[in-house]
Amino acid sequence: MSLTTNPRTTESPTRAVIQDRPKQTLRDKYGDRAFNITATAILLLSILAVVYPLYFIVIASVSDPNAIYEGKVWLFPSGVTLEGYQRIFADSRIWNGLGNTLIYTVVGTAISVTTILCGAYALSRKDMPGRKILMLLFVITMFFDGGLITKYLVVRDLGMLNTVWAVVLPGAVGVWNLIIARSFFEHTIPNELREAAQMDGATDFKFFFKMVLPLSKPLIMLMIMIHVVAQWNSFFDALIFLNDDSKYPLQLVLRNILIQSDVSSTGTTGGDIQSYAAAQRIAELTKYAMIVVSSLPLMIALPFMQKHFTKGAMIGAVK
Amino acid sequence: MSRTIPALRRRPSAAPLPQRKISFSLRLKKISRAWQLYVLLAPALVYIAVFKYWPMYGVQIAFKNYNPADGFTDSPWVGLTHFIRFVNSYQFGQVLGNTLWIAVLGLLVAFPIPIILALLVNQLQSERFKKFTQTVLYSPAFISTVVVVGIMFVVLSPRSGLVNNAIQLAGGEPIFFMGSAEWFRPIYVISDVWQNAGFSMIVYLAALAAIDPALHDAAKVDGASKLQRIRHIDLPGIMPVVTILFILAIGNLLNVGFEKALLMQTPLNLSNSEIIQTYVYHAGLQQAQFSYSAAIGLFNSVLNLALLLFFNTVARRANQATLW
Repeated sequence: MSLTTNPRTTESPTRAVIQDRPKQTLRDKYGDRAFNITATAILLLSILAVVYPLYFIVIASVSDPNAIYEGKVWLFPSGVTLEGYQRIFADSRIWNGLGNTLIYTVVGTAISVTTILCGAYALSRKDMPGRKILMLLFVITMFFDGGLITKYLVVRDLGMLNTVWAVVLPGAVGVWNLIIARSFFEHTIPNELREAAQMDGATDFKFFFKMVLPLSKPLIMLMIMIHVVAQWNSFFDALIFLNDDSKYPLQLVLRNILIQSDVSSTGTTGGDIQSYAAAQRIAELTKYAMIVVSSLPLMIALPFMQKHFTKGAMIGAVK
Repeated sequence: MSRTIPALRRRPSAAPLPQRKISFSLRLKKISRAWQLYVLLAPALVYIAVFKYWPMYGVQIAFKNYNPADGFTDSPWVGLTHFIRFVNSYQFGQVLGNTLWIAVLGLLVAFPIPIILALLVNQLQSERFKKFTQTVLYSPAFISTVVVVGIMFVVLSPRSGLVNNAIQLAGGEPIFFMGSAEWFRPIYVISDVWQNAGFSMIVYLAALAAIDPALHDAAKVDGASKLQRIRHIDLPGIMPVVTILFILAIGNLLNVGFEKALLMQTPLNLSNSEIIQTYVYHAGLQQAQFSYSAAIGLFNSVLNLALLLFFNTVARRANQATLW
């Protein structure tokens, strides 16, 4: 599956972008200027299309629901209220879901990253007999799988239904991640290093844990982040494998409130039409606040994660 | 080190039979020497055995009447009964049509956009603006599917949604987007572009960064405009990546977006939003028709694999990069 033969595999792609080409100044022709203007305009519009809905959610989450209904909220919040947030923080389902998500994320990431790093290192060793066949066993699963139903039945037969294992194990090892990790090891751990270590009597275990892992910090960071994000955002395994509300991760709680419009959090479902309408509006307000609260952690971490993710895309592309 | 010495000692003049014997015992030795590597690989192997190959073995229930007491192996065979039932059911045309619609529409719209974005971003002069654009455009990829669909529901809400407020401001009638079948496909594809185009762009940017800058310099000296350089240098330069990603996208054509389709489903848009995989979920897990839905799932996987093989062959014929 070789894509490009790029010698700068492990280098930061952003740096490569910077070195890309010298600045063009005087030689800009009219055509190029028109191109620049069009390109910048298209990109600015794209940025706006991405940012504005998110910005609107944020200002709507602190606005008076009536103002939103009347269409008064466009650029600035109107009739500022924090009621939506207060309701979220008073909602025990949210806290419970958050707690579950934290547990699933920590356990799941630990299992996935450990399995992938160890397995990928073994597969990166060209002197391991049977390497090609073993790799093939993994690659096959990328193109054909048993499907949802048999996966469910296997998890059920294993007695994992309604346990933390059903959420963290069935998707633990992504073959694509394994391939990324393997090509990282292949490109960054020189054979000579291993031969020297073996000369000094280091076993494969010792070499892997004492030399390879400390040299692979960017890869470890990338793998941790991929799995934290995936686990934090996943809901489907929890949906099919868990049936006990108290074990639901945050995303499943969110789905029930945001999409299934489960309004019981507002308390007043009975009563006259007016209080029902009021309750509805509060429920809408809570939705905006909920979107903000659940996405904020990853959005804050994004600038920090970006470097690692672009690097990962690079390794993946070069493989 | 010691690994190479026995190989060196092997004489080229040795008779075929003893040589094979030596190489066999040598192989055993090699295997036993690498035992620690196999231990490292063991957890991953156990994982695919249990969660990938065991379900694959279980796929036989598509041709059986699965009952839990007999398990995968001992349930009675019924041949193609389930497939025939699916093909003859009134949902067949609908779910297959819906699946192909959003798959093809998604591919036609969502596949080229990241490439165009990457080509444009790559041409930006200001490094800061370039970086800023990249970060902003790919940030939605970190928002969960649940939240993206949640955003759709609030922003497109008929009474309080942003979009309908704008429509009313312009003098139009509010539209119940999430409750109408004909809006399902546009919303599905647009939200897909909104969420994923920026992230997919990164791979192409990486490929563009790998193009030799000398090519651009030479073209500039020859007086090539930016558009010409994009067409004759950038595009051919990233073509192998484009081909591979296209084949991979084809290979996943019928799998992607299942979770989002499920989340976007409302009773009112079901006629356009029920795709093969959501149908499998409803029939299999909610109504416990395990064998029937496993057959539908298998139908989906086989169709997918056929598409992948077909396009890989086409790419090879066209002398493009291929998966294998």
